[in-house]
Amino acid sequence: MSKTIITVVGKDTVGIIARVCTYLADNSINIEDISQTIVQGYFNMMMVVDMEKCEKHFIDVAEELEKLGNDIGVIIHAQKEEIFEKMHRF
Amino acid sequence: MINLREVSETNEMISKENLDVRTITLGISLLDCIDSDKEKLKKNIFDKIYESAKDLVSTGDRISKYYGIPIVNKRISVTPIAMVGGAACKTPEDFTEIAVTLDEAAKKVGVNFIGGYSALVSKGMTAADEMLIRSIPLALSKTERIMSSVCVGSTRTGIDMDAVRLMGDVIKQTAELTKDNDSIGCTKLVVLCNAPDDNPFMAGAFHGVTEGDKVINVGVSGPGVVKTALEKVRGESFEVLCETIKTTACKVTRVGQLVAMEASKRLGVPFGIVDLSLAPTPAIGDSVADILCEMGLESAGAPGTTAALAILNDQVKKGGVMAASYVGGLSGAFIPVSEDQGMIDAAECGSLSIEKLEAMTCVCSVGLDMIAIPGDTPNTTISGIIADEMAIGMINQKTTAVRIIPVIGKGVGDNCEFGGLLGHAPIMKVNPFSCSDFVNRQGRIPAPIHSFKN
Repeated sequence: MSKTIITVVGKDTVGIIARVCTYLADNSINIEDISQTIVQGYFNMMMVVDMEKCEKHFIDVAEELEKLGNDIGVIIHAQKEEIFEKMHRF
Repeated sequence: MINLREVSETNEMISKENLDVRTITLGISLLDCIDSDKEKLKKNIFDKIYESAKDLVSTGDRISKYYGIPIVNKRISVTPIAMVGGAACKTPEDFTEIAVTLDEAAKKVGVNFIGGYSALVSKGMTAADEMLIRSIPLALSKTERIMSSVCVGSTRTGIDMDAVRLMGDVIKQTAELTKDNDSIGCTKLVVLCNAPDDNPFMAGAFHGVTEGDKVINVGVSGPGVVKTALEKVRGESFEVLCETIKTTACKVTRVGQLVAMEASKRLGVPFGIVDLSLAPTPAIGDSVADILCEMGLESAGAPGTTAALAILNDQVKKGGVMAASYVGGLSGAFIPVSEDQGMIDAAECGSLSIEKLEAMTCVCSVGLDMIAIPGDTPNTTISGIIADEMAIGMINQKTTAVRIIPVIGKGVGDNCEFGGLLGHAPIMKVNPFSCSDFVNRQGRIPAPIHSFKN
């Protein structure tokens, strides 16, 4: 089962990770890795997650995360990891 | 494990530098639709396209959401219709009916263009070929989504000058029939030399007879990605310049390969090729001319442009070849005028002429593309421009093309507007001296000496 990469980019504010992680926990999505930086006040986070136990369809999750991002004021993308693997690994 | 820097790089290419998959093109053979009964032929064609492509658009949209990469166009290419319709069509009007059927099928499955309203006449025309060619003006004025191409020459066969002469008339008639919309019909018609069988890009896409029953070909783009990469190596040596283009092209092509394999798997259709072409759009930051400027030119068309374009085209191919299991189509840099804001600016400020564009086509991946010329340009002059471009392709063993728009009612200094991806363009000056005695000669130009390789 391929992994999903969730990225969060936007202006730093309190509770971004909490809101995203709550959503993931509510949907049985397991976080395997998190890395995060803040450059000039801009928040940039990436999570590697496993969606195997999630009952929702991938596209629905991606759309709900996008909406959650709109609520918080950040941009959230969920993408299958192959696009990054393919581009950066041979 | 993939890291944050790599993920950010990919996503910035998509969100800020206009990286996209320009097209998933489903090639469909219509050879098994052939029937001498025209109505039966039309039904066969419609049914085969519908059955083959009904899931194409939804599949493309789903892949786009899975990977977060825009897939801008979903398209179809079919067997050249002159071959398919030959047994049933007895007049140009009969062929036009096939065009209408293709248009209806395209609308039904939701693709924005269907290519293959074509004839391959590089050595001579059959009666059916000639009828199809003569039907093009009416077919393009009666349909919305049909793309038409005519291959009039190749390195192996020479150039069919009778077809070249005919195409001068056909382009002009197409312009006349669509004169209310700046002769937009001509934006859907291309004349080719050495046409590839597996090109996914319009207007020249058709499903060659060397192909299997169905095939998935994918075209990726990304002029903005290359431009941004080059911004970081300003003033560096040619070695660094070339390496940067090559590495970037390689990354972009990998995305195309991924999308192609996924589309092939989901649709149950064999994967054909990835075409890595830097295909500009009128959007800011999506320009091939801007890359040439980033390489060190004040404006596209300045001395040095041909060399810069040669580097770009070659390095894009080298990067792409490493990245995909099968590379094909046109793969390289497109240099359309109306579809590239940097080229439009260059034409408007006078740094770019048709003659310089012609020189550039010796080293770009295709040819004279989306160039608006005065509507009163003589038909024979249009044929002369085609003949020049075909000769470049024939002698240099490369694909060349002419997609030129004589805008009826407009002259040098005017502008024309095609809208959307087709863009807008200033009318460019054409050399006023005549070539009519040359193009009015009958027959064909023999194949060049280096075609004899047996």
